[in-house]
Amino acid sequence: MRLEPIANPTLARRTLPPVLALAMTFAVAALLAMIAGGNPAAVFGEILKGAFGSKFAVLETLNRATPLIFTGLAVAVAFRAKLWNIGAEAQLYAGAVVTAVLGTGALGWPSPVLLPVIAVAAMLAGAFVLFVPAVLKTRFGVDEVVTTLLFNFIFLLFVSYLLEGPLKDPMGMGWPKSARLIPEARLPRIVEGLRLHWGFALALISAVAIWIVDARTTLGFEMRAVGQNAEAARFAGIPVTRVILKTALLSGGLAALAGYSEVAGLKGSLTLDLSPGYGYTGIVVAMLALLHPLGVVVAALFVAAIFVGADSMSRAVGVPTYLADIMLATALLLMVLAILLTKFRVRRD
Amino acid sequence: MTGAEPVQTVLRLSNITKRFGSLTANDAVSFHLDRGEVVALLGENGAGKTTLMNILFGQYTADEGEVELFGQTLPPGNPRAALDAGVGMVHQHFTLAGNLTVWENIVLGAQPLAAMSLRPGEVKARIRDLSARFHLKVDPDARVGRLTVGERQRVEILKALYRDARILILDEPTAVLTPQETDALFSTLREAIGMGLSIIFISHKLHEVMAISDRVLVLRHGKLVAERPTAETNREELAALMVGAEVTMPEITPSTPGAPRLSLRAVSTEGEGDKPGLDAVTMDLCAGQITGLAGVSGNGQAALSDLLSGLRAPISGDMTVAGEPISGWTPRTAIGHGIARIPEDRHHTGTIADFTLAENAILETYGSDFSRRGWMDWARVRSHAEELIATYDIRCPGPDVRIRLLSGGNMQKLILGRVLEWGPEIILANQPVRGLDIGAVNYVHGRLAEARDAGAAVLLISEDLDEIMRLSDVIHVISEGRLSPPFARGTMKPEDLGAWMAGHGFEEAAHAS
Repeated sequence: MRLEPIANPTLARRTLPPVLALAMTFAVAALLAMIAGGNPAAVFGEILKGAFGSKFAVLETLNRATPLIFTGLAVAVAFRAKLWNIGAEAQLYAGAVVTAVLGTGALGWPSPVLLPVIAVAAMLAGAFVLFVPAVLKTRFGVDEVVTTLLFNFIFLLFVSYLLEGPLKDPMGMGWPKSARLIPEARLPRIVEGLRLHWGFALALISAVAIWIVDARTTLGFEMRAVGQNAEAARFAGIPVTRVILKTALLSGGLAALAGYSEVAGLKGSLTLDLSPGYGYTGIVVAMLALLHPLGVVVAALFVAAIFVGADSMSRAVGVPTYLADIMLATALLLMVLAILLTKFRVRRD
Repeated sequence: MTGAEPVQTVLRLSNITKRFGSLTANDAVSFHLDRGEVVALLGENGAGKTTLMNILFGQYTADEGEVELFGQTLPPGNPRAALDAGVGMVHQHFTLAGNLTVWENIVLGAQPLAAMSLRPGEVKARIRDLSARFHLKVDPDARVGRLTVGERQRVEILKALYRDARILILDEPTAVLTPQETDALFSTLREAIGMGLSIIFISHKLHEVMAISDRVLVLRHGKLVAERPTAETNREELAALMVGAEVTMPEITPSTPGAPRLSLRAVSTEGEGDKPGLDAVTMDLCAGQITGLAGVSGNGQAALSDLLSGLRAPISGDMTVAGEPISGWTPRTAIGHGIARIPEDRHHTGTIADFTLAENAILETYGSDFSRRGWMDWARVRSHAEELIATYDIRCPGPDVRIRLLSGGNMQKLILGRVLEWGPEIILANQPVRGLDIGAVNYVHGRLAEARDAGAAVLLISEDLDEIMRLSDVIHVISEGRLSPPFARGTMKPEDLGAWMAGHGFEEAAHAS
């Protein structure tokens, strides 16, 4: 078998493989559900019900999607410029740490001032965390996949130290968690009485903003040019190094907003289990979205729905929640294959 | 097959038709190839030559028609079938692994490299035997990455011969060769014919087609428009058949040069890998003058081109543009100093393959002319692209087409339009017509001459001595990073320049100065 590039793919060629990839994901999940002793229809029914079946379920899904939109955007922005940011997890925690430091009483300002200040500070922290690997990449050719990936572990241990030491809540009865945020530092709910905070709205706004940057600004043009052909971009006078650094700042800042929104919006304090791997799942989200900023929103909702739905499905029919992880992994692998098939045709020898 | 027949047809293509969407790349093409014959396949870029060969090799499946090799119908869409039947292809862009040796490259794909049965001694002996028989001088133990372009091509041919190819297909084989190397290639091909091989020679260089082929097939817009015994035709007829109209070369009249626009005084630059840097180069690019840079590939042309492009700064010596010493030299400042740059590699350096034509047209000027405070003005980008398409006769579906779908000639017209439309003072044209068809070559040359007449200082870098001698008002030869003195138009014969190209004369010139 062999791959033959398609010069000018048709609309069907560009859309069909991703759709088929999702369909096959569900087929694989159905098979596994059967092996686990469940009825596939019931399993999917319960997942759907768990994710969208009630007002509570929908809000839970939207809440779960919020950090994934941020990390998905962070990864999509970076990957489009061929900056392989695998460190959204560390950048998320950088944002979370800053939020916990500034939001627990260090700054006693009213909400309208405090919230944006903390958001910007969090973004700067996340931006810095990715800026260092980006500088190492552009100056010394150090592979950012290695540096960003490994820095995740270093930073998580650093957070662990903070929560056992300087940031430890004195009233926390010995648990490694930070003090609770002051009310002024909390992101309010969008509608009173509904458990959905402004972080979700901020995520949507960010997606639209990135989409506009991408399509309408010189920075977007430069990032696409550098990502697709850095040599031609450099020759044309585009400041490649500066564009990569700007991309790093933007990407790191977006990932940090996930931490900000989780701490200031959902949890109210910093713990070591703040993120169950949102930084890594952001890579899946970005790939499923084909790196499109608006696609990230859809992909994040899809991924969140599967996770939230799988929880309640597991309670209802007894099929383990690992099904959600398998579905996600399958979807990612098949989507990567599908992307290949949108550009290449398979020929049998 | 009966060897007793006087003429044996080894390959027959019947009614091959291949469509890509609305484009018919091959339209009912039929031809045959006899044993011991050289058939030239002539046609402009996009005429369907490559598609036809891809069908023969099973890369594409023809919509209609069939391929018959040595009397057997070839199964469509099977790339091994043609190879196994004894067809060898030498691609325009070589398919060699630079970190392996010559003999390893030759057996690569033919038999497993790590196989127990592989005896390097036997392989090398066989390669030496083939090199001697076909006059393809190359050391089997040499690392391919260190070889010159001409030597690499010999390896490609040896690779085909090693696999007992009885039909050789050469796709634009001379595009990367010096005149001397081309002559050597031709004598090898004649040797091969003598031994009963058959050859398909794909080209758009008419004098080569006339020199090497027995029969010429002319393709135009996917159709076989003419078939002529080479002895019964001439260059003019073939050119006219190829483009479908009479062809006239642009008239280049001598010019009167103005003041120097760009001056180098004992400028040296760092080399890159095995490519030399510049070695105390002194030259002036004057207004209203085309300066030609002749030389064998890999002798510092890239270094000079990188210097003028802004990709590389001098490590010593003085470089002045319009009388002012340069500082902070980057591509952006080079553009700012009015240097129009036509890069050697239009596919990878000159354009971004998946960007649209309109986006590629503004790569250098998006910041200044097509945006305001960081916001792109896409309406202007589009109308600008439409203007370029009209002014520079770029054949394409429209401004939104991805640039990789354009032919080399049309891609080059876009690059030309991109840098010429703002009236540059200095033009760097590095191999501006490599791989282009006659129509596009004449177009590019005409535009360069026009720019010169409008007062631009043009530096033309080319490995094609004919092109250099025809266009240049003054010629420098480059060898191992050193530059010869300037020679005025008409004062040097090709043999004289050839001597400089081989590195003679530089010592004496250095002493004299």
